Amino acid sequence: MTQSGSPISAADVAKVAHLARLDIDDAQVVHFTEQLAKVMGHFGDIDALDLSGVEPMTQPYPLVNVMREDIEMPTLSTDEVLASAPATEERRFRVPPIVGTEG
Amino acid sequence: MAIIPTTASEIAAAVASGALTAREVLEAHLARIDEREADIHAFNLVTADAARAQADAIDADIAAGRPVGPLAGVPIAIKDNMCTHGIETTCSSKILEGWKPPYDATVVTRLRAAGAVMVGKTNLDEFAMGSSTENSAFGTTRNPLDTSRVPGGSSGGSAAAVAAGFSPVSLGSDTGGSIRQPAALCGVVGVKPTYGLVSRYGLVAYASSLDQIGPFATTVSDAALITEVIAGHDVMDSTSIPQDAPSLVGAVSQGVAGMRIGRVVDLPGGAEPEVSARLDAAFAALAAAGATIVDVTLPSLGYALTAYYLIAPAEASSNLARFDGVRYGLRVNAVDTNAMYGATRAAGFGDEVKRRIMLGTYALSAGYYDAYYGKALKVRRLIAQDFDKAYESVDTILMPTSPLVAFKFGEKADDPMSMYLCDIYTIPTNLAGHPAMSVPFGTGAHGLPVGIQVLAPALGEAAMFRVGGALEAAAGGAQ
Repeated sequence: MTQSGSPISAADVAKVAHLARLDIDDAQVVHFTEQLAKVMGHFGDIDALDLSGVEPMTQPYPLVNVMREDIEMPTLSTDEVLASAPATEERRFRVPPIVGTEG
Repeated sequence: MAIIPTTASEIAAAVASGALTAREVLEAHLARIDEREADIHAFNLVTADAARAQADAIDADIAAGRPVGPLAGVPIAIKDNMCTHGIETTCSSKILEGWKPPYDATVVTRLRAAGAVMVGKTNLDEFAMGSSTENSAFGTTRNPLDTSRVPGGSSGGSAAAVAAGFSPVSLGSDTGGSIRQPAALCGVVGVKPTYGLVSRYGLVAYASSLDQIGPFATTVSDAALITEVIAGHDVMDSTSIPQDAPSLVGAVSQGVAGMRIGRVVDLPGGAEPEVSARLDAAFAALAAAGATIVDVTLPSLGYALTAYYLIAPAEASSNLARFDGVRYGLRVNAVDTNAMYGATRAAGFGDEVKRRIMLGTYALSAGYYDAYYGKALKVRRLIAQDFDKAYESVDTILMPTSPLVAFKFGEKADDPMSMYLCDIYTIPTNLAGHPAMSVPFGTGAHGLPVGIQVLAPALGEAAMFRVGGALEAAAGGAQ
């Protein structure tokens, strides 16, 4: 299994930047790889722990299915919400084409 | 001109009794802001006109004999990651510059209902990611006690606003120490309540399982008062604890006689010697006040930093996916949506936000999930179990808030890991979901303030405020 202290490569950084939809150039990939490698180098410390049988903890209070009463309540004003959008058309958010135009 | 009291409770009493008007109180604070804000830069936005209208409305209520709330006429500054209806909320990020939320955060609604007057939105590290407020897209905030030094972060603007006397109280948010650490560095009181005690509705999310809103104040009693006002169940936050706000102000003066205070024998090192000396002095003061000091161990504490810097970025990478140029904030136009997302986020986010998004995306990605995020969640459990065990024998635990006093600008800005180490004593509380507060307790290197941190188990705010009140009393008497 991958160890927590494994070094992160420039290819890893370029890949996660793409997955996270962050355009970064080659010089930035080098810069971020160096910084993230230093941070992740520190993370190897937890490999020393025996974590078998330990339940993961995702939140302080394990609340499930929190429901409110099924009654009508005020919602945000559509006009106000649309007013802060970068582009709208016919009371909807307007976006560029979903499918690329470059073929 | 009338003398304006320095604490929120005294201001509220004076305004409610008619001894002072809310407008007089406000103008005195706006004058202080005019005088020093250019040097400090605590605010992204000063809302003077809206504040005057709010103060005048309170004065009209009082003149007409209508009842007013417990914070009548108290000026308050709000961290700029909490939504304010129709008032710009930026998170100190270019990606949200100019955004005016269509609703108020629950804390803002509750403060207004209590009569508090919002004077402005305070600067922060972009999206609350940082420990110095140097990561703001709109310039750094300077520490009012020494303007060559950082105020801490991420709620540096809110800490500086209180330290500079711009408002007697303010709100911050604390994900890994972002209220307590700047409180320590600016010499004020800062409280991170139990996770779920204060609604997060309208707090722009950084790491949802760790974020919590809390107050800054000049006194422990004021911090308790603000906590009382903002706490309590909210249907708009599904993680809100379904119970009423606790009574806390009374606990502050109860004393610590008979209380058991934990001293962590295996505390991770790294604190400046002067900081460790103040911690020793705090134990001595509490013992003199009748508390029993009990040794406890927290063997997993040293691993908290790794757990936090995997969990928080993982949650951030998911939360910050919403900033995509579609519904609000910045958009950089491009030929298709995917190109638009990438260009918008590249232009809108600063480097620290990008680092944490990439770190989180990596920790969650296929092939690495088990080694990073999965392991971090198990370490989080170990830390919570350590605390549970310790709290079998003590009521509260004492440790430093920050290993260092306020540092100089640029000292850590280029080295993320050294910046992250500033959070070593504050992070464990967020992982466990517990309350903790920082109380000023004397000075360390360069005569700068040192904060002592009081930790308590979940919903242990009353015990925490008792110890905080005793430390404040001892600090006042000893110096």
